[in-house]
Amino acid sequence: MSVLVVAEHDNSEIAPATLNAVTAATQIGGDVAVLVAGSGSSAAAEAAAKIAGVSKVLHADAAEYANGLAENVAPLVVALASGYSHVLAPATSFGKNVMPRAAAMLDVQQISEISAVVDADTFVRPIYAGNAMATVKSSDSVKVITVRTTAFDAAAAEGGSAAVEAADAKGDAGLTSYVGAELSSSERPELTSAKIVISGGRGMQNGENFKMLEEVADKLGAAVGASRAAVDAGFVPNDYQVGQTGKVVAPELYVAVGISGAIQHLAGMKDSKVIVAINKDEEAPIFQVADYGLVADLFEAVPELSKALDG
Amino acid sequence: MKVLVPVKRVIDYNVKVRVKADQTGVELANVKMSMNPFDEISVEEAIRLKEAGTATEVVAVSLGVQQCQETIRTALAMGADRGIHVLHDGDLEPLAVAKMLKAVVEKEQPQLVILGKQAIDDDANQTGQMLAALLGWGQATFASKIEMGSGEAKVTREIDGGLETISVKLPAIVTTDLRLNEPRYASLPNIMKAKKKPIDQMTPADLGVDPAPRLQTLKVEEPAKREAGVKVADVAELVSKLRNEAKVI
Ligand SMILES: Cc1cc2nc3c(=O)[nH]c(=O)nc-3n(C[C@H](O)[C@H](O)[C@H](O)COP(=O)(O)OP(=O)(O)OC[C@H]3O[C@@H](n4cnc5c(N)ncnc54)[C@H](O)[C@@H]3O)c2cc1C
Ligand SMILES: Nc1ncnc2c1ncn2[C@@H]1O[C@H](COP(=O)(O)O)[C@@H](O)[C@H]1O
Repeated sequence: MSVLVVAEHDNSEIAPATLNAVTAATQIGGDVAVLVAGSGSSAAAEAAAKIAGVSKVLHADAAEYANGLAENVAPLVVALASGYSHVLAPATSFGKNVMPRAAAMLDVQQISEISAVVDADTFVRPIYAGNAMATVKSSDSVKVITVRTTAFDAAAAEGGSAAVEAADAKGDAGLTSYVGAELSSSERPELTSAKIVISGGRGMQNGENFKMLEEVADKLGAAVGASRAAVDAGFVPNDYQVGQTGKVVAPELYVAVGISGAIQHLAGMKDSKVIVAINKDEEAPIFQVADYGLVADLFEAVPELSKALDG
Repeated sequence: MKVLVPVKRVIDYNVKVRVKADQTGVELANVKMSMNPFDEISVEEAIRLKEAGTATEVVAVSLGVQQCQETIRTALAMGADRGIHVLHDGDLEPLAVAKMLKAVVEKEQPQLVILGKQAIDDDANQTGQMLAALLGWGQATFASKIEMGSGEAKVTREIDGGLETISVKLPAIVTTDLRLNEPRYASLPNIMKAKKKPIDQMTPADLGVDPAPRLQTLKVEEPAKREAGVKVADVAELVSKLRNEAKVI
């Protein structure tokens, strides 16, 4: 058995989600290789070689891999897949875009967002927004899998000393081209790997009021998230969305402020260790999953909380 | 330009899903079914392209049991022109769906296929990408904005870090994200009109595809339940509990 992990990276650093996928790979067993496909990406390849548990890094460096376009990355994954029993990637927007394309080219039924490895052929994955957990068994010759990052600890980023091997690039498919990106920049920790997350919902009323949450977040070293309603209303950008169809988070502490607790939101945060809900409606479903519920007007409670954290 | 819109029949997003006692799946009997919400967004986008004069025809396709025709009728009532129903009673996985859609695309020759990014039942998020692979087309997934050009489309995508814009050659696959548009409700006259619009029916065999699942589902279980928590009286008690009891701040 040998597992290939398709790394997510920005050509210089390995994205934390890759480390969770490496842990899933080690649980499957056998040698773990990491594919770094990028452009000017030597630093990323070297970083991948240091991940604990990785025995080999395949490094494909070419202009066509600069922006992770699925049409270019998938054929590379397909070309390498025959040497492996499993091909994994984190279930991030990158992995979700690339892996099904590779799976179809390999004539394999992908297993999306696994949350546990039962054995080399059998995996658990959430369905119906996490309201059910399915145990599925694959008999495909290569298993193509995306990994729910919150379900696996991060592998140590240091400690490994894998060899870096060059892999042949496969050329530009010529189907898509990268135009540009508008990335949210923040000094705060990244949402999916933060230890504390504080999220706001429709109850926040506008984007300006999110400053209250940011103030608390900065005192706690937390990331800021949101419900779909807050994103749809334009209070905060799309990448704040936590939930079934947004990001899945499982921090030590999740604070939901002015969020009702719709099933689609719970799907993205109910595996958090400690959940706090602040909502003025004591019937709000969020209280059914909250370890600590505070029935209060958020416009009083949040400034008070911020003050209390100074003391 | 023809636009093809695959629409899936799923348990309505408001329904509290229950796992069957025998662990073979979830309860589907007497449960409200609807069009996958992301597919409503796809239908809306296709209709807007038609209203803008960019698209000439919108064809809705659904694969699955006989009642998928209701899902197709919903798309027709929103404004799609005709429907295609691939009748199949068993479970369908994304790879099989993509293979059948490929066969439909080869017959219909659309310039654009708009799918949902994810079906809210299997939460697979695969079919569009797989269809693009099988056709050898470009894929613009998780779209929050589509600008049609000549021979290409410029698509803004929702990604983990924010937004990304790519240009994709036509014909192409697009999958929709939540912010692309707000789907319309069908008006009563349009619901009446939709009853007269044609729906073609075929089978997986007609399309030359074996629809048998590849994955074996060993069991379906309820997720672990969270222990009931407590209500705190005020912010001071909350902070004290977080510090001294939960020890998370
Ligand atoms: C296909 C699909 C996918 C979806 N994906 C997601 C997803 O990924 N993530 C997600 O979050 N949602 C998702 N949703 C939406 C979900 O169904 C809910 O609509 C959404 O989560 C509601 O957001 P909310 O709790 O902020 O708003 P609401 O449900 O409107 O709740 C607002 C809450 O704020 C409280 N409140 C108001 N004012 C105050 C105040 N002053 N003080 C204290 N409390 C106050 C209210 O009591 C209420 O409980 C999805 C829906 C669909 C159909
Ligand atoms: N049985 C089906 N019939 C029609 N469309 C489907 C079907 N299954 C999947 N799709 C399409 O593929 C999208 C993604 O589904 P999935 O890959 O299962 O998450 C859906 O939003 C639909 O547009």
